Amino acid sequence: MDLLNALVTLLNFVVIPAASYGAQLALGALGVTLIYGILRFSNFAHGDTMAFGTAMVILFTWWLQGMGVHLGPLPTALLALPFGIAVTAALVLFTDRAVYRFYRRQKAAPVILVIVSMGVMFIMNGVTRFIIGVEEIRFEDGERFVITAGEFKKMTGLAEGLAFRSTQAITIVTAIIVVAALFWFLNRTRTGKSMRAFSDNEDLALLSGINPERVVAVTWIIAAGLATIAGTLYGLDKAFKAFNYFQLLLPIFASAIVGGLGSPLGAIAGGFLVAFSEVGFTYAWKKVATYVLPDSLAPDSLLQLMSTDYKFAVSFAILIIVLLFKPTGLFQGKSV
Amino acid sequence: MKKLLCATAVAAISAAAAQAEDIKIGVILGFTGPLESITPHMAAGAEMAMKEVSDSGKLLDGSTVTPVRGDSTCVDAAAATAAAERLVTTDKVNAIMGADCSGVTGAILANVAVPNGVVMISPSATSPGLSTAEDNGLFFRTAPSDARQGEVVAAILKDRGIGSVAISYTNNDYGKGLAESIQRNFEAAGGKVTISTAHEDGKADYSAEVGSLASAGGDALVVAGYVDQGGSGVIQAALDTGAFSTFVLPDGMYGTVLEEKFGTSLDGSFGDVPGTDSPGAATFVEMATAAGFEGTSSFTGESYDAAALIMLAMQAAKSSSSADFKDKVMDVANAPGEPIYPGELAKGLELIAAGTDIDYVGATAVELIGPGESAGNYREYEFKDGKITTVGFR
Repeated sequence: MDLLNALVTLLNFVVIPAASYGAQLALGALGVTLIYGILRFSNFAHGDTMAFGTAMVILFTWWLQGMGVHLGPLPTALLALPFGIAVTAALVLFTDRAVYRFYRRQKAAPVILVIVSMGVMFIMNGVTRFIIGVEEIRFEDGERFVITAGEFKKMTGLAEGLAFRSTQAITIVTAIIVVAALFWFLNRTRTGKSMRAFSDNEDLALLSGINPERVVAVTWIIAAGLATIAGTLYGLDKAFKAFNYFQLLLPIFASAIVGGLGSPLGAIAGGFLVAFSEVGFTYAWKKVATYVLPDSLAPDSLLQLMSTDYKFAVSFAILIIVLLFKPTGLFQGKSV
Repeated sequence: MKKLLCATAVAAISAAAAQAEDIKIGVILGFTGPLESITPHMAAGAEMAMKEVSDSGKLLDGSTVTPVRGDSTCVDAAAATAAAERLVTTDKVNAIMGADCSGVTGAILANVAVPNGVVMISPSATSPGLSTAEDNGLFFRTAPSDARQGEVVAAILKDRGIGSVAISYTNNDYGKGLAESIQRNFEAAGGKVTISTAHEDGKADYSAEVGSLASAGGDALVVAGYVDQGGSGVIQAALDTGAFSTFVLPDGMYGTVLEEKFGTSLDGSFGDVPGTDSPGAATFVEMATAAGFEGTSSFTGESYDAAALIMLAMQAAKSSSSADFKDKVMDVANAPGEPIYPGELAKGLELIAAGTDIDYVGATAVELIGPGESAGNYREYEFKDGKITTVGFR
């Protein structure tokens, strides 16, 4: 019984939150890694692309709600996703046209493109705030919980509750579907294969007749889609606030680099690694330990490795350790 | 600096001439930032007092009072200092009603008010640290120090039979000071604090913070934060994970926003907010309603009182210069004397002019003690059927 309580506590406070956070990071990191692999620069504007995409989804959600369209127990935002992705894709394609293409034609060094992307980041940041404002916005509707802590306690008779929010379930399921679709696209379709070829060796790809502009455009569209989906899931699960996506940039880059920049599989592994480390290192293990250990060994202290204030420090630490000891990341991506 | 001194001297001389003038009072509150939902009401409270005095025409031979607003942002000391500096040097305010949050109040006091010799009365800065701040007798507050609120919260907890609590506080002067005060008083009363940890405002997700709070456990969770910021996020995460169901919500967490956000899920939670059952409080709420703002919102009465005290002290000193009237603030605020309630500022001004001593009671039963801070009256409230209801006064 006590082991069960320990397990439930662990699930409630560590596994479920970390898994959904990890899924959101993984989707974000996939976008970063794709851009890095194919366009060869670190896109700092990715966080704000997520914010912009989410803002669009929120606007369409409101519009749908105004029309009386609902998805029953699921949030209406899922229905608004395709519209949001379309607008975001249009924006990033326009940005590519207006900004990045100029530097690409000049064969600018990656570091210049990084700085350019920072400029784009600030503009997108402003545009998003201008459109939707700076306040916290909650746009979830439908069922809030798959199971609440109270119901779980009643059902099982355990002392500990287990809450599973529907947004967490949706996040994990959507992430799996999106990742599967992306891998199918990259490995099985002609366009996907040409993208991988372009990523592996640009000159050879050009010689074999691959149209670079098309590859670039498709990459941007996919990145916009990933960003919008990741942003919307994050916003549904927590709350939308334009500034928060800017803060997400660090854990997202940590995830992409840990996994190996340019490696999609690495981005996913990195996302979960960073999420579980952030939650695990800052969690106070006292309760779990009290359930597992015999009474005589029950701890007095909180058994917390570091205060939750240092959550971001975990991402930084992982980033630095990986860069020092394995610059290409766990999955042999490109060295930074 | 020379110029500044000259300007101050000239201002002082012209003020001493005691002719009808246009007195400016700075209203520095966090119109943006974590308190932005309550500051408009606070400013409205202070400006109502100024209008009352201006309309009466009884202050210093018919002087009028004009409010000048500045944004303290509540969190950014540099921005708050710049705003106060602008008010003092450009707008030439005679006194400052503000600031709101303890951190920025301390910054403005040290960097602007003391160097320029301007009186500052804060309606809501409650950090115990401000009691000992270097102020040259220029700083007062109509809000009590959190050292007092800690006693009240501990007493409420004890009376409700709560044996152990976890504390989550917003990571600034206010949160830290209040959390320490609650912990000290509660432990002295025999209670147990399982954990006291900070949360950062403005984050999307507080599940990690709540995870460690839940691990430490406790009968209730004390949230010493802000209602528009992390405080609500912590409650949300705690409710979602089922970590806590009873919350203790001190003044910064008081707001009708909670009713809208959480509805009946907060039933059984309770807290305290500065307030009094003195007749002045009811009068003030009526006046506020007539003027079109929420008189029950946090610190609106204190704001009215802060502004009123500034003007009454000016009258008592027969001068609108801070250097002259700073010594009169305590006199007009405290007994003995004729009690003055909200809406009676004209009467108060008349009495002072006639040489009668007054005791300003105002909306919050102001009684300034020690280094010029309110002795502190609190209203205990709880959530019943998703609504905030008053339990009693302490």
